[in-house]
Amino acid sequence: MRAFFSNRLAMVGLGILVFFGLVALLAPYIAPYSPTDINFTPMLPVSANHLLGTTSQGNDIFSQLIYGARASLFVGLVAGAIMAMVQLVMGVFSGYVGGWTDAVLSTIVNVFLVVPGLVLLIIIAAYLPQRGLTTIIVILAVTGWAWGARVLRAQAISLRDRPFVEAARMSGEGRWRIVLGHIVPNMFGVIAANFFGAALYAVLAEAGLEFLGLGNINSVTWGTMLYWAENGDAVLMGQWLYLLLPGLCILLLGTAFGLLNFAVDQVANPRLRRN
Amino acid sequence: MRFLLRRLLILLLTGWAALTLNFILPRLMPGNPIEAMLARYQGKLSPQAVGALEIAFGLNTRQSAISQYFTYFGHTLTGNFGTSISYYPTKVSTIIASSLPWTIGLVGFATIIAFVVGTALGAVAGWRRGSRLDKVAVPFSVMLSAMPVFWISLLALYFLAFRLNWFPISGGIGTSQSMSISGIGSIISHAALPAITLTLVNVGGWVLLMRNSTVSVLGEDFVKFGRSKGLPERVVAYHYAARNAILPNFTAFAMALGFVVAGAIFTEYVFSYPGIAYYLLQAVLSLDYPLIQGIFLVIVVVVLLANFLADMLYVVLDPRIRTEGRS
Repeated sequence: MRAFFSNRLAMVGLGILVFFGLVALLAPYIAPYSPTDINFTPMLPVSANHLLGTTSQGNDIFSQLIYGARASLFVGLVAGAIMAMVQLVMGVFSGYVGGWTDAVLSTIVNVFLVVPGLVLLIIIAAYLPQRGLTTIIVILAVTGWAWGARVLRAQAISLRDRPFVEAARMSGEGRWRIVLGHIVPNMFGVIAANFFGAALYAVLAEAGLEFLGLGNINSVTWGTMLYWAENGDAVLMGQWLYLLLPGLCILLLGTAFGLLNFAVDQVANPRLRRN
Repeated sequence: MRFLLRRLLILLLTGWAALTLNFILPRLMPGNPIEAMLARYQGKLSPQAVGALEIAFGLNTRQSAISQYFTYFGHTLTGNFGTSISYYPTKVSTIIASSLPWTIGLVGFATIIAFVVGTALGAVAGWRRGSRLDKVAVPFSVMLSAMPVFWISLLALYFLAFRLNWFPISGGIGTSQSMSISGIGSIISHAALPAITLTLVNVGGWVLLMRNSTVSVLGEDFVKFGRSKGLPERVVAYHYAARNAILPNFTAFAMALGFVVAGAIFTEYVFSYPGIAYYLLQAVLSLDYPLIQGIFLVIVVVVLLANFLADMLYVVLDPRIRTEGRS
């Protein structure tokens, strides 16, 4: 744990995450207007009243940018957590139980590994009659767990035959006790790294889907902002900040998750640790 | 051999899973997809189009689901994907045939360049871990892999193509050019921006993977042995470390290719590049189900074949796979 907190990359990632967390929590106090208020003159340029101008619908862009942090953070954390759970269950079950269960689950993992997740995501989104953040999270969880499950399976297999697990088995501990009490705690680093990796994927995928108009286009998220910026030809009207900033926020939040993913891996993986 | 057989089995299984998914997905929608389409187009569909839809879905109300499934299976295996609705009366297979080469060129280029550059950079960063290069390469690569590809594409389109006029704004080839030797220059200049942005967002992942893989190989006994034998650093670096560190990159190929293909959807959309991913998105936005199904299947099959190639290369590179027969 101490190694984690003295890791500079981890601290930068955590710093960005806390910053966006505060922005999301305090959005009503920071944002000057409601993000859905459309009573302003459309397409206003940058001014003191509207720090980033207004959209073609008449929303205040700065307020939208502030509130947009909520959706991205929510999807990143929740979808990341669900994906990490699915990976854990599939990976550990497959690796620890072994035999036919493993053969069947590994094959499913391999199939999901090869089918391009985001392509599947877009197609499923297209078939759905109603879309929103919840549906995006569910589809993400269904399509994006294979890689992590494979990593955890390898971990579970290597732990399965370690002496301390053997000892627990000999002393008559039940299967679930061994898995929850000995295997899972020893994989904590990998699970945490997987979570941050999944969160990064979720943030990018959610923004991408919404940019394509496959989310709820009336919601206030960075992805939808870019959708409207592109469809309203905002840039051609000189509003290039409208295009630049939501993407930059996605990039920063994604970088935070990516840095944490990398740093946790460095600290937890003995083969990467510095002697 | 056992390894390749296993891979071949997974290849067939995945192909079948994709086919079946294609069959099931529209049926999971509330109501009959054809009725939904009819309602959506409010009688604008001709009887031929309805017939085309029935062929595409294998949906014939007089047939049972099982026999529909087999009909669909037979149609698809013989390359009969039905007729596109949004590009009616063009056949789905015609659209795929004309757009697939563009995407294979774009995705192939981006995959190979990102792999080569990223792996080389990652190997150097891992070999000199803790150096200034390593300290810059890691956060920079993380940032690249967190970059929304549609956003960087839009920025490139606006600043480099629209403002500075360095590149064409859209399309795959100039309108006055023909698909011949003289058109190559036009093809390259049209492909430049999509290819560069697609490569850029995919290079970071390879750097990080190769860097970590190199660092963990450096802790292995055979590398220490090579060093203590007094071998020159270069020999240890290339023949001992890098050769072994590169192997995990091949197992990561499946996921990486998925990311490039996903990225291609966005770059082709932003640059209006006439590839298969562009048409997939047009089909998705206009609910052209036969086209969606056909393109999804072709993407999966091409990705499967590319993965199989990577697996075969892996067998050539790693003798342990050949003897052990386990992946």
